[in-house]
Amino acid sequence: MTQMRTPAGTTSVPAAEPQPVIEMRDISITFGAVRALDEVSVRLFPGEVHALMGENGAGKSTLIKALTGVYAIDAGVVTIDGERHEFSSPAAAQAAGISTVYQEVNLVPNLTVAENMLLGREPRRFGSIDVREMNRRARRTLLHLGIDVDPRTVLDEHPIAVQQLVAIARAVDVEAKVLILDEPTSSLDADEVEKLFTVMRRLREEGVAIVFVSHFLDQVYEIADRMTILRNGRLVEERMVADTTQLELVRLMIGRELEVLDRLDRAAPTTGAGSGTPLLTAVGLGRKNTLEATDLALYEGEVVGIAGLLGSGRTELARLLFGADTADTGELAVRSHTRRLRSPRHAIDRRIAFSSEDRKAEGVVGDLTVADNMLLALQASRGWLRPIPQGTRARLVKDYIEALDIRPADPTALMRNLSGGNQQKVLLARWLITEPEILILDEPTRGIDIGAKAQIQAKVAELAAQGLSVVFISAELEEVLRLSDRLVVMRDRRKIDERTNDDVSVRDVLEIIAGETRSEEDTHA
Amino acid sequence: MPEPTSLVQRVLRHQLLWPVLALFVLLLVNVVAKPSFLDVRMQDGHLYGNLIDIVRNSAPVMLVALGMTLVIATRGIDLSVGAIAAIAAAVACTRIIGAGDEAALRTAVMAMTYAVVVCIVLGAWNGLLVSVLGIQPIIATLILMVAGRGISMAITDGQITTVNNPWFSDLASGFVLTLPLAFLVAVGMVLFTALLTRRTALGMLIEAVGINPEASRLAGVRARTIIWTVYAFSGLCAGLAGLVIAANTNSVNANSLGLWIELDAILAVVIGGTSLMGGRFSLAGTFVGALFIATLARTIPNIGIPSEVNYLFKAVVVIAVCLLQSPKARALLRVRRSGTPTLANGAPA
Repeated sequence: MTQMRTPAGTTSVPAAEPQPVIEMRDISITFGAVRALDEVSVRLFPGEVHALMGENGAGKSTLIKALTGVYAIDAGVVTIDGERHEFSSPAAAQAAGISTVYQEVNLVPNLTVAENMLLGREPRRFGSIDVREMNRRARRTLLHLGIDVDPRTVLDEHPIAVQQLVAIARAVDVEAKVLILDEPTSSLDADEVEKLFTVMRRLREEGVAIVFVSHFLDQVYEIADRMTILRNGRLVEERMVADTTQLELVRLMIGRELEVLDRLDRAAPTTGAGSGTPLLTAVGLGRKNTLEATDLALYEGEVVGIAGLLGSGRTELARLLFGADTADTGELAVRSHTRRLRSPRHAIDRRIAFSSEDRKAEGVVGDLTVADNMLLALQASRGWLRPIPQGTRARLVKDYIEALDIRPADPTALMRNLSGGNQQKVLLARWLITEPEILILDEPTRGIDIGAKAQIQAKVAELAAQGLSVVFISAELEEVLRLSDRLVVMRDRRKIDERTNDDVSVRDVLEIIAGETRSEEDTHA
Repeated sequence: MPEPTSLVQRVLRHQLLWPVLALFVLLLVNVVAKPSFLDVRMQDGHLYGNLIDIVRNSAPVMLVALGMTLVIATRGIDLSVGAIAAIAAAVACTRIIGAGDEAALRTAVMAMTYAVVVCIVLGAWNGLLVSVLGIQPIIATLILMVAGRGISMAITDGQITTVNNPWFSDLASGFVLTLPLAFLVAVGMVLFTALLTRRTALGMLIEAVGINPEASRLAGVRARTIIWTVYAFSGLCAGLAGLVIAANTNSVNANSLGLWIELDAILAVVIGGTSLMGGRFSLAGTFVGALFIATLARTIPNIGIPSEVNYLFKAVVVIAVCLLQSPKARALLRVRRSGTPTLANGAPA
């Protein structure tokens, strides 16, 4: 039933000299004109956690997909235990002992834990599934990994973290030699991460080679032994984690772009604007079951940061300000003219721009080119009868590709082939091209790499200095604090605090969110 | 090895390659069955021959498929085109009969204009259901697909109405510059649509709405107006097709005119490479697709397929063409031929 050692007999691994379980040599993969991987080599040793490091678009996902047989390799060699392999499908890779747990758990939510773990390999008795045996086997595996879950419970009842552990249990139950964990910790809290690491350590002791991909450097330093650093589809270096400082690692990952971060620190908080008449005023703006009546004023050239947990109402407020959802109470005035925003189009005509937190569903038009994506909002506001002249088009696109350092710098590339960070830059360009007076950015840096993040932050600071008003929403408090002149804190679908950002610390904000400080009235001197 | 794309590669990758190839093969089959198939001769200043018949007969499907292409690009579908065609024919024919001078040019022009306007209104009705009321396109247009037949029956009192207007019949049987007028009308519409969508921003906005409606809305695209426009345009195209069909027989049978034409049109669109999932569309592809459908209709009698099985034959050919276009199916074929699946240029170890 279970698999799988290499088909053609296992080569005996010499005990002394460690030999990689898997070696990928000079792997290249090309999509159309884009070279996603360029002669990248990776070695995975048994009993090691190997971190794959790099920014978004560095080629980590592509490399994983090459290893798991999702993408065909254009050039290069994969050897497993010294034998050359070519995977034609994910199933073939799995048969060779390579198991993958993806970011989104892909198990069946309404089956039990045991059923999920043994899906497709159910023990049978008299032709039907032997439930008792199945539960017994699942329990044994879970126990072995130190996961405390009743195999008879339905998967759906458990938090994502547990589901993830079940996915891992399932993956190792097929006797994986290599376990690939792609961003396994992105939706876990600290305790859950610790649980995951315990399981990973146990597997490591048993000689499994674990590939770990994560954006969190601290986690990498806690769990990984060796790492391979990629940049722009090329191999930068293979390093032992213990011999590399975090600063060195960041440098290796982003290369020359580190200067951007330095520059940013100097660009940070602009002048404390907030004088004169506000550009935008919301009075009692609210929507049933979405947001309680909220007041907000936005002045020219200031950045208002909105802090709050997921579901606190920060996104909901942004959507009402833009007319993406319609408010059912309150008033919104732009330049003292009261407006009811009935649609995004309305807001755009009032020179408001909004970049949604859900890049993929609400921003990117994947099958159109980078150029078309950039010009979409401008074109929409001109109407279809007045196409943007060829010359203006080319100039705008070229300027913004340069200004935001979008890669590949090819206006005809399809949007869906870009990495997350570059897509985000294109979306930012889409709105800047409309020359807005008010720019609402909801999580503009989520899930993108440090380099792109720094570039976007720097751009926001620069724009505010030029007089643009920005509403900046992010789950990362450091980022909000670094950029904002004024800070709005939200909780439970309402605004609970507003203050000028002079030396507000992350701790302060957390205390406000946790409800440990005074109410709105007596803060803010 | 990022080599510059050569001409051969560009041709091989071109999305029109497969539809054109399929059309070519179909013509070849005909020539094998009947060597004189491609002969075209000049007579009385007009061209005659199978090819000429094919392009003339392709006009209705081409027109309908044209409107359908834009509808499909917005993730929609228009099932009512056959019924709309019947209504157009019914309206035009009854107007011609009812006019004082049945054979006058003015009568024909007025009747056709009237019919086309009615069809635009009907298309706009579809657009209203889809874009404003948010009814699924397949259901929304199904309503008119069924009701439209009833409407055209009511207009003609359930009779087969025959008209006698030489100007009207010219729409189907007339020639201009040696070519059939019907074909020229269809080609003219294709070119007009190409200009309309590609020289303005309409095409890009239609595609944006089809690919990601919510992102388009948030970018300020008036998706509602665009969807409305494409359904109205589809109505217009269907109306023109109905007029061509009616002019061909100088009569209208509300029951059968344009029956199943929506399916031929959808096929033409798909063969032309526009995905039913919406998004990017190819008018050139639709043009070739419509020619393919018309050629196929001609092929069936020419190579002696018995009429009992002609639908079956058509289905088989369509499946073959669709498989040919599917990258997945092509990859499978390739695997079969070469034995191993992957590694285009795996370096020797």
